[in-house]
Amino acid sequence: MKKRYFPKIRNDECKGCERCVIACPKGVLALGKALNVMGLPHVFVADEAACTGCSLCFYTCPEPGAISIIEEKEED
Amino acid sequence: MKTFRIIKDRPAGFFAEFEKRPAPLRHNMHYCPGCGHGVLHKIVAEALTDFDIKDRTTFISPVGCAVFGYYYMDCFGISTPHGRAPAVATGLSRAHRDSVVISYQGDGDLAAIGFNEFIHTVNRGENLCYIFVNNAIYGMTGGQMAPTTLVGQKTSTTPHGRCASEDGIPFRVAEIVASQPNPVYVERVALSTPKEIMKARAAIRKAIKNTMERKGLSFVEVLSPCPVGLKKDAAGISKFIDEEMTKIFPLGKLKDVAAERVPVEHPVPVYDREKVRAALFPQENGAEETESSGKKLREDVYNESEIFEKERRIKVAGAGGQGVLSLAYIIAHMARLRNFNVTYLPTYGPEMRGGTADCSVVASRREIASPIVDSNANMLIVLNQPSLDKYLPQLKPTGVIVYDSSSVTLPEIGENQVAYGVPAAQLAVGLGSTRYGNSLILGALAKMMEELFLTPKDTKDFSDVVEAALRECFADKPKIIAPNLEAFRLGKENAFRAETIKTPK
Ligand SMILES: Cc1ncc(C[n+]2csc(CCOP(=O)(O)OP(=O)(O)O)c2C)c(N)n1
Ligand code: SF4
Ligand code: SF4
Ligand code: SF4
Repeated sequence: MKKRYFPKIRNDECKGCERCVIACPKGVLALGKALNVMGLPHVFVADEAACTGCSLCFYTCPEPGAISIIEEKEED
Repeated sequence: MKTFRIIKDRPAGFFAEFEKRPAPLRHNMHYCPGCGHGVLHKIVAEALTDFDIKDRTTFISPVGCAVFGYYYMDCFGISTPHGRAPAVATGLSRAHRDSVVISYQGDGDLAAIGFNEFIHTVNRGENLCYIFVNNAIYGMTGGQMAPTTLVGQKTSTTPHGRCASEDGIPFRVAEIVASQPNPVYVERVALSTPKEIMKARAAIRKAIKNTMERKGLSFVEVLSPCPVGLKKDAAGISKFIDEEMTKIFPLGKLKDVAAERVPVEHPVPVYDREKVRAALFPQENGAEETESSGKKLREDVYNESEIFEKERRIKVAGAGGQGVLSLAYIIAHMARLRNFNVTYLPTYGPEMRGGTADCSVVASRREIASPIVDSNANMLIVLNQPSLDKYLPQLKPTGVIVYDSSSVTLPEIGENQVAYGVPAAQLAVGLGSTRYGNSLILGALAKMMEELFLTPKDTKDFSDVVEAALRECFADKPKIIAPNLEAFRLGKENAFRAETIKTPK
């Protein structure tokens, strides 16, 4: 059984503060150039494969639902 | 086959949608990008569901950026006036024994405007969870200096940097709280690096747990980023917290005695309407209501004498400690017992004893416009010479004086003024205690009223009402009722209409 993790960003809830970008030990997240409904830049998942599911980005993010962490299980 | 599981998501301790928010954006909070309030709210919201306490938690957030906390937390929410959260939190926590009350306050709120109230709440050790958001600034109002602002830190009110000699030094609240005996748990944490954030989470969860277990007051000071107020980006503000703030506000646990503490208990408040009524008005519930209990209003008695038709303004004055106020109080009760409207307004000198004391009593069948008697008094009751000298000018030209002739020498009085004296202090000593002086004066008052104003029917009633008022006022000291009634009788017997030197018109 293989497990992997990845973050999911709700673009319209992210305020682009970059706290998660700094917090992520694996460099998974990066700030993009596109603007969301609030007119703010938001982060995107730049290196999904590197994510370990540590959830540090989730706890450092000030927005309630901007980041979720997903676990993917593959049964063989 | 692939399966997916969400391991971290928007905590269910938040409302699913922020319907109270006015903006069209109902999923975001109103905070600036990167604000520590959001990080903290998330930790609290997560605990609300993890500990299953949504239905018994109240999140109190007073004025400051977090004033709209109740938009977000799916529990009870109150935003209080600036600095006033401790009082509201105390009331709630005491009134609802099993409630979990979280007082969430900023540094301007808690450490400046609300510190007085806060520190006494700490001293009482109320069962509360305190989250103190130290962001070193007033965020909401645009970045003014807070008590926690660092020396040298530029704010809109310290444009050249906080100056220690002019503006004081950063105020260490956690240390002050920890120095007090009652709080059970005090820790300082920071919302800078993920490692510190996870420690902050653990501390807040512990504080909430303590509150759930009624351990007393738990206090978590949180060094929190206000990137906008401090004009820094996310990296800059984290660095500021880790490298500057923690030098002055060291992180760590300052106190933890929760394990040794037994749950806090307070008397259980009674809300049942009927029980409250019964406690306040025992006579309504069949408790014996007799004339001798002094409680009964004699609605059947109507005082017919002409004197009662107009508003009567009485000044009672003497030295502090002479019983001036209790004498006035008895007179006010006499009026109340006969269904007059009555006001009682004591004035105290700053001295407990030796100074002067005076009291205004106004009785009327109509509404009373002012309870102050400082001119046109109908009656002056004086227990010492300085009071008579001081208040005589306030007596109406047709007013009456009742005085203690053992210490007061009557000066010249107006042509149409009358004075009745009784050697009250002297006779009281004979009765065994100076405290009977008041009843002796009431005797002189009764004699004066009878001779000058009362119809025969009211004459009898006047003595009755003196007795009823004495019984009421001394209800908790039944032993002294009989000697006071005796003093009243003696006062009436010994009272005299003074020969006076009249000032010609
Ligand atoms: C009685 C009263 N005085 C002053 C204010 C103005 N005022 C609003 S917020 C604030 C400062 C709040 O600072 P803090 O408690 O540190 O919270 P923050 O905004 O930094 O989160 C002040 C002084 C007010 N609203 N009410
Ligand atoms: S879960 Fe951990 S590794 Fe994954 S993006 Fe978030 S911080 Fe980075
Ligand atoms: S911490 Fe949250 S709000 Fe800030 S950039 Fe990351 S996802 Fe966006
Ligand atoms: S001013 Fe500061 S404390 Fe207030 S919302 Fe903005 S970042 Fe947060």
